[in-house]
Amino acid sequence: MFRIELSLIDYTILVLYLCFVVGIGVALKRYMRTSTDFFLSGRSIPSWITGLAFLSANLGAQEVMGMAASGAKYGIATSHFYWVGAIPAMVFVGVFMMPFYYGSRARSVPEYLKLRFDEKTRGFNAITFAVMTVFSSGISLYAMGILLGVLLGWDFNASIFLSAVIVLCYIFLGGLTSAIYNEVLQFFLIVAGFLPLVFLGLRDIGGWEQLSARLQQVSTSQGFAANAFTSSWQPLTSTASNPMGIEWFSMVMGLGFVLSFGYWCTDFLVVQRAMAANSMAAAQRTPLIAAMPKMLFPFLVILPGMLAIALHGSQGANGFQFPTKPDGSLNFDMTIPLMLGHYFPPGMMGLGLTALLASFMSGMAGNVTAFNTVWTYDIYQSYIRKNGSDAHYLWMGRMATVFGILASVAAAYLAAHFNNIMDFLQLVFAFVNAPLFATFLLGMFWKRSTGHGAFFGLLMGTVAAALHHGLTIPKGAMAGIKGGWMGSMTTYPSEMAQNFWTAIWAWTTCFLVTIAVSLITTPRAESELRGLVYSLTDKPAEEHIPWYQRPAPLGVGILVLVALLNIIFL
Amino acid sequence: MGLDLRFPIGLLMGIIGLLMTGYGLTSGEEVYKRSLGINVNLVWGSVLLVFGLVMLYASRRSF
Repeated sequence: MFRIELSLIDYTILVLYLCFVVGIGVALKRYMRTSTDFFLSGRSIPSWITGLAFLSANLGAQEVMGMAASGAKYGIATSHFYWVGAIPAMVFVGVFMMPFYYGSRARSVPEYLKLRFDEKTRGFNAITFAVMTVFSSGISLYAMGILLGVLLGWDFNASIFLSAVIVLCYIFLGGLTSAIYNEVLQFFLIVAGFLPLVFLGLRDIGGWEQLSARLQQVSTSQGFAANAFTSSWQPLTSTASNPMGIEWFSMVMGLGFVLSFGYWCTDFLVVQRAMAANSMAAAQRTPLIAAMPKMLFPFLVILPGMLAIALHGSQGANGFQFPTKPDGSLNFDMTIPLMLGHYFPPGMMGLGLTALLASFMSGMAGNVTAFNTVWTYDIYQSYIRKNGSDAHYLWMGRMATVFGILASVAAAYLAAHFNNIMDFLQLVFAFVNAPLFATFLLGMFWKRSTGHGAFFGLLMGTVAAALHHGLTIPKGAMAGIKGGWMGSMTTYPSEMAQNFWTAIWAWTTCFLVTIAVSLITTPRAESELRGLVYSLTDKPAEEHIPWYQRPAPLGVGILVLVALLNIIFL
Repeated sequence: MGLDLRFPIGLLMGIIGLLMTGYGLTSGEEVYKRSLGINVNLVWGSVLLVFGLVMLYASRRSF
């Protein structure tokens, strides 16, 4: 396995960044006077900051490294996660859903569910979300420990404790504001660290034309049509004609609608950033501002993977080779570190590695800040101590931060010793998340939906996801964690196809059960639903905002741009 | 929330740019074989330095 040697300037850049991260926490400590300051930044952050944090909170290292690996494995079709998945969902949450999240003055997504539906729906969402964020944070920590060990020879324990202590310091001191400020800092670092990589890779291969020509060779060598790696839509006519093993309907419905809208519109980790904005208009603009750089991110994180697979096998002094797995297939997981080691000299290497470390830390910090808010407001204040003082909840938020970090470290060690348990937990979380968007959609846009409907819809949607997974299996997989543990009624061409259809089944079940149960139970009085349901809520006043800053025109502009990108890479 | 974020962003990017530019000016050509002969520290370091200075100037105006 290749190893990266860092020089003095690389360590200097790395240490400088870590000092800044903690320094921001120290500088913000004196502004943390109330629980609202700590958990919601006092709702005082301008939209350019919340927008970049909204984007950056999702920019964990698994995202950066995973997308590059997918770029090498699937080509430009990986961009569907952005151009069909993320962007339309971000426009939807900004234009249609943010008025309810922000306008209802809910302090968290589970609290919105309580205001709109009832306590049991909130409890179900809050508890599953709190557990999920801690495990996600732990998995991020584990992946970082492994990566730093492989790349730099650093000790696993030291890597985990150093990064956990740094994240703990800046969140404990500066709360959500500190996390948001550092996420914006991390955004600039990630762009600064990876942009030269794309430039050098493109220059090495001889430009876009040469890249396309090489990718066509890669595609035909794998038995696909020549355009399978360079066209995002044309190869989706059947599951056999693209390396993802999916067709357009499951991609649009499963990824584009259910999974992406479920994540970007209901996950408190990202919605919390918009809730910290300083006005309703700023909260609505937050995901729209995030969508602009987000639509260009495939060129920053997917393109390095496409360059790597195109360069694979090149000979000479600058020859590039992927390592192989024990079964002889290429190992794409380390695409980004491999490219950093291949092109970056000392100095630039320090910046690239710092960017990678920053993405790990932003993923972890995002989870911890979401956890401490949901724990304090939706679990502790709701079920354990209802009438504490504000100072008490501020103290509890800080204690929850310490607990969240310690639990993340424990989860990282759990992942290190029992990898199958973590796979199983992630699978369960996927079952719980898949139906969520149906609950929110009906809650916000159908005043007849009831708390009983929402709760049983969520429950049955989760059961449907588990049943679908248990009765189907991807081609070539063994029955077990990959599915088929109840028998195999259908074999999907790929794990991705199975995931998309699991999401579609879960969402549809939740949607139908919520409607059915709502129709036979008593809805809440309309007077209780003002500010929570579309038809009963006054539209946000926009007369004072220039037309080009209003959410709807901004959203339309973004959708036109993303449609153009889809057409260019048709 | 009291702290203009452009200040730490500008300061960090400026210092990193300065470090990379300085290293780019003093390091030999053999260091840049892997980056296709381009002195990326000098080129990208100076870009980051200018970006950092612009952000610092913008934050000075807000102060």
